[in-house]
Amino acid sequence: MNRRLMDRSFYWFCKSMTWMALGILLILIFHICRQGCEYLDWQFLSSLPSRSPEKAGIKTALAGTVWIICFTALFAIPFGIATALYLEEYAPKRHPFVRLLQINIANLAGMPSIIYGLLGLTIFVRSLGFERSILAGSLTLALLILPVIVIASQEAIKAVPDSIRFAAYAMGARRYQVVLGQVLPSAIPGIMTGIILSISRAIGETAPLIIVGAMSYIAYTPESIFDMFTVLPVQIYNWAGRPKEEFHAIAAAGIMVLLLLLLSLNFIAVTIRSRYQRYK
Amino acid sequence: MQNKTKFFDRSFHYALLVFVLTTLAVTLSVVVVLLNESSGFFAHVNLLDFLFGTKWTPLLEPKSFGILPLICGTFMIVIGAIAFALPVGLAIAIYLSEFASYNSRKRIKPILEVLAGIPTIVYGFFALTFITPLLKNIFPEIQIFNALSGALVVGIMILPMVASLCDDGFRALPPSLREGAYGLGAKPYEVIRHILLPASTSRIAATLILAISRAIGETMAVTLAAGATPNLSFNFLDSIQTMTAYIVQVSLGDTPANSIEYQSSYAVGLVLFIMTFFMNVIGNLVLAKKPLEAM
Repeated sequence: MNRRLMDRSFYWFCKSMTWMALGILLILIFHICRQGCEYLDWQFLSSLPSRSPEKAGIKTALAGTVWIICFTALFAIPFGIATALYLEEYAPKRHPFVRLLQINIANLAGMPSIIYGLLGLTIFVRSLGFERSILAGSLTLALLILPVIVIASQEAIKAVPDSIRFAAYAMGARRYQVVLGQVLPSAIPGIMTGIILSISRAIGETAPLIIVGAMSYIAYTPESIFDMFTVLPVQIYNWAGRPKEEFHAIAAAGIMVLLLLLLSLNFIAVTIRSRYQRYK
Repeated sequence: MQNKTKFFDRSFHYALLVFVLTTLAVTLSVVVVLLNESSGFFAHVNLLDFLFGTKWTPLLEPKSFGILPLICGTFMIVIGAIAFALPVGLAIAIYLSEFASYNSRKRIKPILEVLAGIPTIVYGFFALTFITPLLKNIFPEIQIFNALSGALVVGIMILPMVASLCDDGFRALPPSLREGAYGLGAKPYEVIRHILLPASTSRIAATLILAISRAIGETMAVTLAAGATPNLSFNFLDSIQTMTAYIVQVSLGDTPANSIEYQSSYAVGLVLFIMTFFMNVIGNLVLAKKPLEAM
């Protein structure tokens, strides 16, 4: 075959595949907006779930998502940053145990989310007796996003140049003063980006919360950490699984709210990354 | 003063170490929980019957716990998803690393990240309400819940991951490889085909393994799109059930704790964990190597 023709057609193949992927994203968003837009109004945001699609709303699901995410972040962030600091600033890199830790974290990041659900169900819901509460749900999600936060924070800490560390040591700082006073503040924008992206993953997570019991019908918004809850993606699943067309439409409206939330978080993360990140 | 900061320095070090060890504790507790909870199941069901049985009817009498139909369903999803995501993902990676200008690369990458950040439940809904009706035009006999639509949507989901891992791999190769080939008069297609692809074979293989592992663990999209009918049919137009979808089904039903159905979800979880664990270890070990070392 003609070399030039082969080369050109290969180029166009690669280019069209890339455009196809972007096209799929557009179709997906367009399809969902077309289905959901007529149900998306203030009443939808402020009503309780209901048997009739016209009256149904996502008030409890939104409240549940906010509760869950706040506590997930509270549990996961300190652990994630501390782990990353240790691995980057203290651990001897070539030590076999440290390499084991590193591989283990990469594995945890790839473990199916439903397994975290089984873990949370057994330990938090049953063994520790938290029942199907916000506490159990957010602890489960915290374990799920912990490895993601660790990996992102490690990248951010790695990007801090050594000259900053050496300068601090030269002034007589101790290691904790270097780490807490110099390295961590310089790495914060990168760490924030990673945290926001992992939070947006937690917001969309459905399977582990179904396993720990977020599926129940709830007619009130949660008031304490020991209350039962449901979250937005679980509510969407609940509606999407029904055969009636109207429920698909309100599921689409719920998805629009979910995507809006995620896209704005994504936008914030990208803005922080491009504006505040000093070292790359 | 000296002693006080020295003491604080030490304690900070050890406090961090405690946090680090929790990550190890998570993996250990997953293993303990899965083994412990499924031990009750294996007291009732013979391990060989479980692994090689061809009927999965846990909720009907006579109960039968042969996991092969669930594994078959899972691998139909995997095969379909990989058949879509690997060629397309590679093409995108090649376009981004070899053809695209700096500016269009800078614009396309974040959009792919958005595609990667969409929750799986949304993909499930998309498959159910868009892809399946579309497929019905081509295959009129297709069922509402079918493996093909689930596989396609899982393929779309893992596409950004495949593209970005392969893209990283191509970009990590030393420029001298490309320049040498171009200097000899090769065209881009020939450089990619005969230099870049062979040089990154092991990385692409690792990406493939991680992508398979991700597709195996995918839950909500297949629960919504592919159905809840465990069968050993290999027919992509039929409803199937994956391992993950079964675990969701059990937890939605009102099965009492310590019943055999409840315990069976841990046994299925154990199989799922073992499969994905080894794939992730191998994949991550290969990816951790430097590009040319890995050859």
